[in-house]
Amino acid sequence: MTRARFASRLLPLAALALLLAPLAARAADEVRIGSKKFTESVILGEAARLLIKDAGLAVRHRRELGGTAVLWNALLRGDIDVYPEYTGTLRAETLARLKLADDAALEAALAKRGLRMSPPLGFNNTYALGMARARAAELGIARISDLTRHPGLRFGFGNEFMDRGDGWPALKRRYRLPQADVRGLDHDLGYRGLVAGEIDVMDLYSTDAEIAYYGLAVLVDDLRHFPAYRAVFLYRADLAARAPAAVRALERLAERLDAGAMSRLNRAVKLEGASETRAAAGFLSARLGTGVIADESSLGARLWQRTIEHLTLVLISLGAAVGISIPLGVVAFRRRGAGRVILGMVGAIQTLPALALLVFMIPLLGIGGPPAVVALFLYSLLPIVRNTHAGLAGIGAPLRRSALALGMEARDRLVRIELPLAAPVILAGIKTAAVINVGTATLGALIGAGGYGQPILTGIRLDDTASILEGALPAALLALAVQAAFEMAERRLIPRGLRHRVAAG
Amino acid sequence: MLTLEQAAKRFGETRALHPIDLTVSPGRTLVVIGPSGCGKSTLLGLMNGLVVPDSGRVCFAGAPLTAETVTAARRRMGYVIQEGGLFPHLTAADNVTLMARVLGWEQARIGTRLEELRQLTHFPAAGLARFPGELSGGQLQRVGLMRALMLDPDVLLLDEPLGALDPLIRFDLQEDLREIFTRLAKTVVMVTHDLGEAAFFADSIVLMREGAIVQQGTLANLSERPADPFVTRFFEAQRGHWAEGGAAP
Repeated sequence: MTRARFASRLLPLAALALLLAPLAARAADEVRIGSKKFTESVILGEAARLLIKDAGLAVRHRRELGGTAVLWNALLRGDIDVYPEYTGTLRAETLARLKLADDAALEAALAKRGLRMSPPLGFNNTYALGMARARAAELGIARISDLTRHPGLRFGFGNEFMDRGDGWPALKRRYRLPQADVRGLDHDLGYRGLVAGEIDVMDLYSTDAEIAYYGLAVLVDDLRHFPAYRAVFLYRADLAARAPAAVRALERLAERLDAGAMSRLNRAVKLEGASETRAAAGFLSARLGTGVIADESSLGARLWQRTIEHLTLVLISLGAAVGISIPLGVVAFRRRGAGRVILGMVGAIQTLPALALLVFMIPLLGIGGPPAVVALFLYSLLPIVRNTHAGLAGIGAPLRRSALALGMEARDRLVRIELPLAAPVILAGIKTAAVINVGTATLGALIGAGGYGQPILTGIRLDDTASILEGALPAALLALAVQAAFEMAERRLIPRGLRHRVAAG
Repeated sequence: MLTLEQAAKRFGETRALHPIDLTVSPGRTLVVIGPSGCGKSTLLGLMNGLVVPDSGRVCFAGAPLTAETVTAARRRMGYVIQEGGLFPHLTAADNVTLMARVLGWEQARIGTRLEELRQLTHFPAAGLARFPGELSGGQLQRVGLMRALMLDPDVLLLDEPLGALDPLIRFDLQEDLREIFTRLAKTVVMVTHDLGEAAFFADSIVLMREGAIVQQGTLANLSERPADPFVTRFFEAQRGHWAEGGAAP
C-alpha cells in the first residue's frame, strides 16, 4: 500500500518530465546557429538569426557556447548548422597543420569536411598589439618591430592568445621580441591593466570597441605576421540542400559590414548597454533596408523559456537518477562486495568538478541538452545511492528478524518493509540531489543547454549585474521551491508512524 | 512437532550452543529458562531458522529446515519478541494482517480473522488504526501476539514476550496469554529468565546454562530431583527474591 502510494506520487513527476522532453528537443527543420563566448560573435549570431528569420525560416541561436574548438566540433557533429568564424583562425589555428596558403585552399579543405563558408562579411578582425597612446608616443613606438628596442616592457596577453599557434609564441619568433615579463590574463581585464599602467602592451582584436574608447595606439604589423581574420559564416554543406533560403539570407551580409561598423556594434553592446539583438537589428535595417526588428522577448517570456529549459534539465536528469540510484542503493546494501564498488564509483563521480564533468560530455554527446542532462544525472547519483544504502542499513535488527520470522520472501521484505522504513532517508537524499541539481544546472548554459545559466553567462561577459541576477535569482528561488516541495512531499509520503524519526542521512 | 538433533552453534570464537537434542511435543507449552547469555534465545532462533546450526539439524513437522523449506515453515510458526518487533510504518491492523495480504487473502477473510484475534487478545478496536509509536507496551505485545497468530500457525515461539513490561501490565498479560494458549491448544515454546513466569506457563521446563541443557522436566521434577547443584542454586536465587517481596530480576 505504502509502495503504491509512493509510486503514484512519483508518477506525475515522471509524466511532467516526459511532457517537457520534446520542448528540449529541436524541431527537425530548425536552423541552429551557434556563437562563441565573446560579444562580437554573439552579435554576428544574432544578425544571422534575424536574417534567416526574415527569410521565413524557423531558427534558433545558441549563444556563447564556448571557444573555437567547441563551436568547430559542434558544427562538424551537426549540433549546430552555422556559426560566425574568422578565416585566419581556421587557417592559422583550427586547420594549422594543413598550412593552407590562401582562402581558396581553405574552402577546399572545408568542403572535404562537409563545410562551407559564406562570402566575407567585409571586416578583418585581426589580432593586433596595442599600447596606451601617451606611453607609445613617449617611447616612440609605432610598429611591432619598434618593441625590440625596449626589452623591459611588460606584456599582458589574453589566455587564448598566449596558447594559439598564431599567437604569442609565433609572434615572438617572427619579431625576435626580447621581453621576459609576459603574463596571461583575461582579455577584458587587459584594457584595465593598460589604462592603470600595470602592463604596457596587450593583444587586441582590431574591432574591439575599447580601442577607440580608451584611445589606444594600435601597433603596425610591419612584418605581416598575422594572417587576415576575415569574418565569415561557416555552415554545414547540408544546410544549402536542406534550407537554401537560409544560405541566401546569410549571403545578404556579404561585404556589408566593415571594420568601423563592427567596432560600433561592439561599442553599442559592450559600452552602451544595448542588447546584441537590438544592435544587430538596428544595423540590418539601416544597412540592408530590411524590415528586421529587434524581436527581443520580454523579461517574462525569457524567464518562462529559461524556466522550461532549466526544469527540463533538472526533471529528466533527476528522474533518471532516482530510477537508477534506488536499485543501485538496494544492490549496494544486499551485496557487500558490489556495494563497495558502487559506492566507490558514485563517490568518485562526485569528486569531479561539475564543470569538468560537463566538458567531458562534449566529445561524447556534443553540446546542448543531452550532455548536460547526462552530467547532471551522474552528479545526482551519489546522494540518492548513499541515502538508500544508509536508510536500508539503518533498519534495526529486531525489525529485520520480525520480517524474516513472518516468512516473507526477499522481494516482499524489500517492498513492504525495508524501502518504506528507509523512505524518509531516501527522500532526504533525493531532496539533496534535487537542490544540488538545480544549482549545477546553471552550468549547463556553458555547453549550450540554456536555462538560468544563460543570463549569468552573458552578465559575466558584459560585466552586467542585472543580467547575472536575472539568472541567479530565479535559480535560487527554484532551489527554495524544490526544497519546499520536498518538505511537503515528506509530510504526505511518509506514514505518520515514521514521522517522528529524523529524516537525515 | 519440532526436534533438534545434535544442533550446535558458534558465533566466531564463542560457542553459543553445545550440540543439543530436544523434542517439542505438540499441544504443550515448553518454557526455556536460564540466566542471560545461556543461549536460550539462540535455541529459539534455531527453531524458526533465524539461526542456522553449524552442525546437527532442526526438523519441523518431520522435515529438516533448509534454505528451501524455511520460508514455508516460518509461516506455520508465530514468533513474538520483546516489545513486539512491530513495523513502525504500519498501523496495528496492518502489522497484524501483513502476511495475509502478502499471501493474497480476501479482504473479508482478513477482516473476520482480525476481529477474532482482537477479541481473543482483548485489544481495543480503536487501537487498530494506531501506529506502534502510539500504543502502550502491553498493547504492543497484544498486537505482536495477534500478528503471530494471524495465519493460525501450528507453533508459537515467544522470546521474552513480557520482559519489557511493568509488573501490573505483565500480570494481566500473563493471565490472558495462558488463557489463549489453553483455548487454542497450540504448541508453544517460550523463553524467559523468570522462574515464576516459567512455573505459571510451563507443561515442561528446559533449564539452560552456558549453551547446554542442564535439566528438562516438569517444575516439580526440577525442584525435587535436581540433576545438578546449579538447578538448586537457580531455584534458590529466584525464591530469594520472592521472599524479599521484590520483583524477579
